[in-house]
Amino acid sequence: MVMQQLSAIFKRDMLLAFRQRSELLQPILFFVLVIALFPLGVGPGPELLQKMGAGVIWIATLLSALLGLERLFRDDFADGSLEQQMLSDCPLSLYALIKMFSHWLVSIVPVLVVSPLLAVFLNLTVDMYWALVLTLLIGSPLLSLIGGIGVALTVGLRKGGVLLSLLLLPLFVPLLIFATAAVDAAALQLPNTGQLALLAALLLLALGLAPLATAYALKVSQS
Amino acid sequence: MALLVAHELTCIKSDRELFSALSFAVDAGQVLHLHGPNGAGKTSLLRILVGLSQPYGGQVLFNGQPINQHSEYNSQMIYLGHKAGLSPHLSALENLHYWQQQQAIPATVDLMNLLEKLGLVGLEEVPVGHLSAGQQRRVALARLWLKPAKLWILDEPFTALDTSAIELVQTQIEQHVKAAGSVLLTSHQALSLSIEVHNLRLDYQW
Repeated sequence: MVMQQLSAIFKRDMLLAFRQRSELLQPILFFVLVIALFPLGVGPGPELLQKMGAGVIWIATLLSALLGLERLFRDDFADGSLEQQMLSDCPLSLYALIKMFSHWLVSIVPVLVVSPLLAVFLNLTVDMYWALVLTLLIGSPLLSLIGGIGVALTVGLRKGGVLLSLLLLPLFVPLLIFATAAVDAAALQLPNTGQLALLAALLLLALGLAPLATAYALKVSQS
Repeated sequence: MALLVAHELTCIKSDRELFSALSFAVDAGQVLHLHGPNGAGKTSLLRILVGLSQPYGGQVLFNGQPINQHSEYNSQMIYLGHKAGLSPHLSALENLHYWQQQQAIPATVDLMNLLEKLGLVGLEEVPVGHLSAGQQRRVALARLWLKPAKLWILDEPFTALDTSAIELVQTQIEQHVKAAGSVLLTSHQALSLSIEVHNLRLDYQW
């Protein structure tokens, strides 16, 4: 029964995302534009861009993820769907997990899809590109998971937008450090399994704990 | 035995005591109409009764058990708050279908017929955000026909409804009460029910 409830939540999220296509396009366009600005701002030297590439892509991913993050629970909170959700038998943490998964699917996976193009923009080598894709695959679900806690905490406040960024960006520092370190190691032809394993450990930890924390934060925001 | 018991409830909001040591009971087959001026704490009380907020003191019992330990409370209760719980981007049909799945209600009721009964013919596929306030309220109230629950907790159910819709909802309330169901509602207008209505008054406390 819980499986049916969860699949209903997922289908509804996909339908809502499809109905609000313009809102979905904004983060991805923002991502591409931010990266396109870097060669213009720092000069088009291929070595410089290659050195900065991984960091630039990761920071742009962080910022564009933050743009779409507020959508995670805002609409459900505002229209009362969340209230009704809390009065159903479905555990709130699983609801939160499904919402985070569909957020990742809808606003972060497109970033993964356009990343080959941007790797060319920033003159990344093939080794660096594959390392980058791996760090994005392992690391980007963390953005949705940790971000969900922040959104759940600020959803009841009327002006949560900037507060949310201030709250979350410091939390993403370890993610940024390990992800760019993995790409740097790949650039030097060194093994980077250590950094990737640390990212995977962070992901598993967040996967286990973030839905619970989010559910609790949603309850606090609701009362 | 009383279906729902509020035992010595106290609620404090923004350092103001809305009510303290409030006790009452709702029996099976009873309508309880909650009165009180704006700001008296009617909505806060209802949110405590359904379990969305926690009281400062006291507890709520359903069938003699505290509601947070009662495994069937959610499936035995319908709550309609100020927020309709409808996504403005989805149609009435999609919203109600989702709600059925969310609340794990078997889909025995024909949604098209129900929406027709509620005067929403031809609007089933229109996004709810494009409907008028009264029509949105009608969609939200369709839940009273969908879920077989013993207890209805309704916060201002008649807001924005026209007279025919109010009559429809009142008839549904009467039928529910005759089938030994209970209704707890707030409303600033008088009810015209053929059954006995119990009243509870919350006063504004300084």
